[in-house]
Amino acid sequence: MSQTVISVENLSKSYRLGQIGTGTLTNDLRVWWAKLRGQPNPLLKIGQADHGNRDGETLWALKDINLQVEQGEVLGIIGRNGAGKSTLLKILSRVTAPTSGLVKVKGRIASLLEVGTGFHPELTGRENIYLNGAILGMTRAEVSRKFDEIVAFAEIEQFIDTPVKRFSSGMYVRLAFAVAAHLEPEILLVDEVLAVGDAGFQQKCLGKMNEVAKLGRTVLFVSHQMAAIENLCNHVMLLDGGRIITISKTADVISQYLRLFNTGAGKIDLTADDVERKGTGEAKFQKAEILTLAGEMTSSVQAGTGLVVRMEILSHAQVNAEIGVGMFSSGGLRLTGFNSRDLNNFALDLLPGQRVVVECKIPKMNIAPGAYRLNLRMMNLHRQVIDSIDQALSFEVVPANYFGTGRMPRGNNLIFLDVDWHYQSQ
Amino acid sequence: MQTTKKTELEDQNWSLVIRPQRNLFDLRLGELWHYRDLVGLFVRRDFVSIYKQTILGPLWYLIQPLLTTVMFTVVFGKIANLPTDGLPQFLFYMSGTVIWTYFAECLNKTSVTFVQNAQLFGKVYFPRLAVPVSILISNLITFIIQFGFLLMFMVYFMLRGSSARPNLWILLLPLLILLMAGLGLGFGIIISSLTTKYRDLRFLVTFGVQLLMYATPVIYPISSIPARFRPLILANPMTPIVEGFRYALLGAGTINPVYLLYSLGFMLLVLLSGVLIFNRVEATFMDTV
Repeated sequence: MSQTVISVENLSKSYRLGQIGTGTLTNDLRVWWAKLRGQPNPLLKIGQADHGNRDGETLWALKDINLQVEQGEVLGIIGRNGAGKSTLLKILSRVTAPTSGLVKVKGRIASLLEVGTGFHPELTGRENIYLNGAILGMTRAEVSRKFDEIVAFAEIEQFIDTPVKRFSSGMYVRLAFAVAAHLEPEILLVDEVLAVGDAGFQQKCLGKMNEVAKLGRTVLFVSHQMAAIENLCNHVMLLDGGRIITISKTADVISQYLRLFNTGAGKIDLTADDVERKGTGEAKFQKAEILTLAGEMTSSVQAGTGLVVRMEILSHAQVNAEIGVGMFSSGGLRLTGFNSRDLNNFALDLLPGQRVVVECKIPKMNIAPGAYRLNLRMMNLHRQVIDSIDQALSFEVVPANYFGTGRMPRGNNLIFLDVDWHYQSQ
Repeated sequence: MQTTKKTELEDQNWSLVIRPQRNLFDLRLGELWHYRDLVGLFVRRDFVSIYKQTILGPLWYLIQPLLTTVMFTVVFGKIANLPTDGLPQFLFYMSGTVIWTYFAECLNKTSVTFVQNAQLFGKVYFPRLAVPVSILISNLITFIIQFGFLLMFMVYFMLRGSSARPNLWILLLPLLILLMAGLGLGFGIIISSLTTKYRDLRFLVTFGVQLLMYATPVIYPISSIPARFRPLILANPMTPIVEGFRYALLGAGTINPVYLLYSLGFMLLVLLSGVLIFNRVEATFMDTV
C-alpha cells in the first residue's frame, strides 16, 4: 500500500460575513453600532446565495473535512459554486490559513493557478524566469539548471532579453507556464475555475497534469467539466456546503453529483423560485431537458450525433408565443440560435392553464468537443419577451469519430463541416 | 483511501503541517533563509525596474537627495534662517536628508506590503516577511550610495576649511542604521497589517511621516529647541539617531548613550508588536484584504 502524502484532519474554514468588503473604519463602526442596537448588519447583502452553511454572520466555507490522499492519486474535486473547492486548494497552497483543524503534507506543493503572478513587466524574460521561479519556491541554482529547458519549452529564445511588457500575451502565458511546469512538485494543485488563458492553454494544463500523474505524483484537480474529471481522476470528492458528501470512484460520484444538483446535467426543473428569468411571465418554461435522438436523457453527446431539446411550457394567459433556443460556448460566445417561427414557421397559441411540450431536434452536432449552454426564450408576435432563462441547460460534446474515417478531427476547431475532397491526376 | 490508521500517520515525517494559528513568536526565519534567493531577486527587481525608461537612470539616486538638500538650504537655511549648530548649511541639511530618507522610505514602502502585493500573495505562498526584508535591503543599498555622496561633499567642505570632522562615534553607525531599519520595519508592518482592514491608514502614512520629520531634528538642531519643549522632541525615538548620526559624522549636535538606549528599547518594542500583528494578519489577510 502506498503512503499518504496529504492528511487533512477536521479542517474547517469560516468567513465572517459583513467583515469582508467593509474595508474602511467607518463601515466597521457602522456594523458595530448596528450590532450594539441589536439591528442586523447593515452591510449584509440581501438575498445572498447560501447553501445552508451560514451560521449567523459566519459562513463555513469548509466544515470538518477529513481526507487522506495517497501518493500517485489523481483526486478530482467537484461541487457547485461556493461548495468550498477553491477554499480547500487555497488552504493547501497556504494562501490562507484554516480556522481549525490540521493539514499534513509530504513533499512540495505547487499549483497551476499561480501562472504568471509575480512577473514584473519591466524586467526581461530572463530576469522574470529567475524571479518567478524563486517566488514559486525554487532556488537560484535550480532555476539555472532548468533555464534552457524552460526557455525552449516557452519557445521564446530570441526574446529572452526583452522586457516581458513587450511580449505578446501568448508568449507571456507560455513563459509563465513553462516556469510553473518545471517546478517538479510532488503534489500538484489545479483549479480549472481559476486557470487563466484560452482553451488551448487550459488544454496544456490538463496535459501537464496527465504527465505529472503518470510520473506517480499526486494531483488534486478542481473542475466543473465532468469529461475532464472522468478522463483524469481515479477518485472524486464531492463537496457541498463545505462538507464532503462522497469520496469514491469517479463514475459513481459524478452520477451522484448530476443527480443531486442538476448542474451540467441535461435536465432542469425551472419552477423553482431562484431561477433567474426575465419577461412578462404570461407563460413560463416549467422543465427542460436534453435527450438523445433515441429519447434517453443525457448531458453529453458525441460530436456528429444529434440531440433533442424538450421544453415544457405552462401558460397563464392567452398568448401567442414563438420559442427560441440560443447556443453558447462555455466561454460565453454565441454560436447560433434557432427560433420556431424562423425555422418551422410556428408559434404556439396558448390558452390560460394550458401545458405544452415542445421539442427541438438537432439532427447532427457539427460542433467541436466542449461544454455548451442553451438559453431558452419565448416571445410574442411583437418580439416582446414572455419568458427568458439564460443558461437553462448545459451539455457537453465529446470527441468522436465524426467523419467516420476513424480519425479524430485535428487542431483547434470550432465547427465541423461535411466536406468532400477530390483529386485528379494530370 | 481512508484506511490508513491514525497511529501510522503519526509515525510519518511530514514535510509541512498547516495549522490554523501558529505560535505568535515563531518568525520562521529558517524558512526565510531558505527563500534568500527570492529576497535577493526582489532587491534586484527594485533596482532594475525603478529607473527603467528614465534618461538619467541610477543618477536619480544622487539627484534626489541633492535636490532636497538644495531646497532645504534655500527654504530653511536662507529664508527661515534656522540655526545649524555652526555647520555649513548644505552639510547639515544633507546629512539630515540622507539619514531621514532611509527611515522614511523603509516605513513608507513596508507599509504597503500587503495591499500592494495582495494579488501575488493571493496566488502563491512564500514567507511574507521576504517582501519587507527585501525593502530594507534595497533601501540600505540606496542609503550607502547616498552616504558615499554625502562623504564626498564632506571632504569638499573640509578642504574648504570647514570645522566639520567625523569622530570615533562613527563606529556606532551600524547600530544607528539598525535602529532606523528596525523602527521603519516595525512601524511599516504594523501599518501594513492594519491597512488590510482599514484603508484609511494609507492616506495617513504619507502625512504622518512628514509630520514626524518635523518632530525630528532633521531641519533644525536640537540645541535650537527651547528647553521646555526638548523632552517632547526627545520622546521621538528618531531624535537621538539623527542627532547622533550628525554628531558622529560632522562633530556637531549631541550624542547620548542613554537616549540611544531609549531608541533601542523603543525599536525592540515596535518591532516586536509589528511582528506579532504581522504574524496574525499574514495567515488570513487574503480573506479581508
